Amino acid sequence: MNDDRTSAEKVGSQLSRRAFIKGAGAAAVVAGIGTIRKPSASAAGSAEAPAVADDGIAEQLGPEAVTIELNINGAVRQITVEPRVTLLEVLRDHLGLYGTKLVCGRGACGACTVHLDGSPVNSCMILIADARGHRITTIEGLGTGAEMHPVQHAFVENDALQCGFCTPGMIMSVAAALNRDPNSGLDEIKRAVSGNICRCGTYPHVFKAALAAATDLRSLTERKV
Amino acid sequence: MARRLTLKLGFARQVQDVTVVVPDDEPTPWELDERFAVVGVDTPRLDGPLKAAGSARYTYDIELPGMLYGAILRSPYPHARVGKIDLAGARRIPGVRAAIARDDQVVRFAGQEVAAVAAISPQVADDALAAITVDYQPLPFIANMEQALKPSAPPVFASGSNATNAKLFEAGNVVHGFGQAAAVHEAIYTTQVQAHVSLETHGSVARWDGDQLTVWVSTQGIFTVRDDLMVFFALPPENVRVITAYIGGGFGSKFGAGAEVIMTAQLAREAAAPVKLMLPRAAEHLATGNRPNSWQHVKLGAAADGKLTAIELIQRGSGGIGGGAGSSGPYKQLYNCPNVRTEERNIYLNAGPSSPMRAPGWPQGCFGLELAVDELARRLAIDRLEFRRRNNSDAVRALEYELGARAFKWDERSRATPKKGSVRRGIGVASGSWHGLGRPGSQAQMVAYRDGRAELRTGSQDIGTGTRTILAMVAAEELGIPLSQVRVEIGDTRYLYAVPSGGSSTAPSTTPAVRQAAAHLKDKLFRLAAPALGAEIGDLEARDGTIRVRFEPSRALSFAEVCRRIPADSLSADGEHVPDYQGFRTNQAGCQFAEVEVDTETGIVRVLEVIAVHDAGLIIDPLTARSQVNGGIIMGVGFALFEERRLDPKIGVMVNPTMDDYKLPGPLDTPGIKVIFVEVANGVTNTGVLGLGEAAHVATAAAIGCAVFDAIGVPVRSLPITPDRVLDALGKI
Repeated sequence: MNDDRTSAEKVGSQLSRRAFIKGAGAAAVVAGIGTIRKPSASAAGSAEAPAVADDGIAEQLGPEAVTIELNINGAVRQITVEPRVTLLEVLRDHLGLYGTKLVCGRGACGACTVHLDGSPVNSCMILIADARGHRITTIEGLGTGAEMHPVQHAFVENDALQCGFCTPGMIMSVAAALNRDPNSGLDEIKRAVSGNICRCGTYPHVFKAALAAATDLRSLTERKV
Repeated sequence: MARRLTLKLGFARQVQDVTVVVPDDEPTPWELDERFAVVGVDTPRLDGPLKAAGSARYTYDIELPGMLYGAILRSPYPHARVGKIDLAGARRIPGVRAAIARDDQVVRFAGQEVAAVAAISPQVADDALAAITVDYQPLPFIANMEQALKPSAPPVFASGSNATNAKLFEAGNVVHGFGQAAAVHEAIYTTQVQAHVSLETHGSVARWDGDQLTVWVSTQGIFTVRDDLMVFFALPPENVRVITAYIGGGFGSKFGAGAEVIMTAQLAREAAAPVKLMLPRAAEHLATGNRPNSWQHVKLGAAADGKLTAIELIQRGSGGIGGGAGSSGPYKQLYNCPNVRTEERNIYLNAGPSSPMRAPGWPQGCFGLELAVDELARRLAIDRLEFRRRNNSDAVRALEYELGARAFKWDERSRATPKKGSVRRGIGVASGSWHGLGRPGSQAQMVAYRDGRAELRTGSQDIGTGTRTILAMVAAEELGIPLSQVRVEIGDTRYLYAVPSGGSSTAPSTTPAVRQAAAHLKDKLFRLAAPALGAEIGDLEARDGTIRVRFEPSRALSFAEVCRRIPADSLSADGEHVPDYQGFRTNQAGCQFAEVEVDTETGIVRVLEVIAVHDAGLIIDPLTARSQVNGGIIMGVGFALFEERRLDPKIGVMVNPTMDDYKLPGPLDTPGIKVIFVEVANGVTNTGVLGLGEAAHVATAAAIGCAVFDAIGVPVRSLPITPDRVLDALGKI
């Protein structure tokens, strides 16, 4: 059976679903008002996640548009949006980063996976204000068609994609797992993508590609050493 | 005008000379043991880098200047009369640019389209939907087949019964056949409604430029969408352009312009601005199609030697307000039996309409028939694979049984010690079939440019099967150039017609058109090359990136050198699909072996291994072909164990229209899969390619169902095989 934990839960307390709900509040989401935690670190490139008191509701935003600063793919971007939008919506509708896909809209399929400070998260589950102060990496920040990340390259070579709609999220999950542990074996890889749904059923080739990428990344590391 | 050819066709076990008549301008169909340079080699798909980089632009990713966002209001009631639809509240919201109501007076399923809006952001569009008021008068509804067949049942359609007349098929005489049987097995098998769940939902982006309509659509058939839009808006074909560069899944649910596409174009016209409307996930579940359920009363009779003497199926199924619920295909075609009778009825419900889904009717029918076969074989104490062999008349499938059994170690595993303990393993085998022959009409254009590039254009679409790649491979093979030299342009109705991607017909229909276009272009290039080589046109061949004199490879010009002789900019030639030469054979076989593990305490079933043996004529790209088979199997695992649309009979509403409550197979549900291809040179077209996407899916759920029976000793006759059903079959609940 699938591992139904959201990626956000796996990241830890800073971004758990509990904290998400506590921080944002279901009623506030409906009303279009975000009550959010104030990041302590500057948004501009700090690798530190904001330190937050357990009960720390520090500011109230919205419903009208607010200006927010984000660190995306190594660049600082300023956007003015209603605080009710998610990180996914900002990536796509405001920043033109279309690689990250919306599929289920509730953290159940992994298609919108991006990295927050290197860890995989479902960007459909993150209100935009909670993305402040973190390093956000999308599929566009991982590599390009011309200069592919080893995981992207392995996906192409092993045909670990069919229609391709789940592919960016799948690749982000694999890349995060291999960054964390380049010695990941088949079991670790299966767990890493357990929240990524592919309706074309490409999983066997995803596993092959991930193992090939792991080998590739290890040899890159060895060469550097 | 035509020429008679004798071709060497067949497969490993059976090679024969077959005479076919082909048009003069048609290349000689590929035969057994062709020496290919490009075809048959594992080739990563051409659009892989774009997809892996996230830069492939799907309909969902289209963004146009001044574009608005559309949203659709849907009926919360399964059956209701629709009175006044008040759009004023929506129109008053700042940022709302268009609001339209449908003029249907009755809605027949929860989720049917009622009204739509376009606004400056998705959020404002949602606000606008909430401001629309609709005067519904709820009507009695039907939520399942039991309710539908009650004499007092309210009619789903005003004009008639909730059950269609029986569709009958009869060969021989089943009464006679059952009379001859040494054993008769009779039982009822059921399968559930399965949803397609394409990851990219249905939707489109529509733009009007005067009376010119351009629509980007997530579709399997750009030309069918164009035709529907032409009819709806009364436009000539040249005024409608449909574009689908990439599509995030379809599986049979995305043909034609659905209500959501029509409404998007209407909104765009009213707002005088481009509109994008992609369905939310719940709407995708409710309104865009599904695989009908089935109730199959099966009766099989066999002689003591296992030869089937009679097959009878009394079937009903429902595709909601849609049809197409029949599942008799396998009963009529899988096995040799002189006496077959099938009777099928379609039942209407107040539920979203069905649409074709991966081998319509076959996975359902295959499950019922194959589990019944196992039950009958057990009664006769005949090995289940042997039983199938004795009733099989297909030479290719006979080889497939053999290859599969060897790879799976069927005999060894069948003899394994009796099952003990709470976790039990079992094995099963099921036969498949499909008719992936293609349909007429595909055309293609090949262009050579002075700089040596070759370009292929056709109005096909690549639904994720790798169409772009195999078309380019066929072109490269025919022109004798590397794949990297061929550029492919598809997914636009401005190109020549190609068939919609359904019925596994893209590869068999469109590869022959591409090959013929490439052959015609090659002829034109030969005419340029012949004088320079001092040779007759008939003595030339295109190989290894050159055009050269056959048997004298040193007398050669590179492809690029020949292209430099093109007088102006480019040279082009068209080709078409010539169906079909009958050839060696036109159909497909296939079989799958499965091993499962059943926890008899919890009822949880895991599929451990599947070995799939398939034939699809000539396999152009084994790498992407294996991907398709993997996918067919994994979708079959979902059908067998997890997926089901749950319609609450009390309220007539789907209660699981999400991706967490509707359970799809995920990475951890994936069995070990081995794919074996039997190559068949069938000579049915100039390429001899058959489609594979559906064939790969037919047998999986059946093989799993048979393996569960083997594991626990009692059959679970209903899909999905959920823990409660397993425990129920074991008498534990």
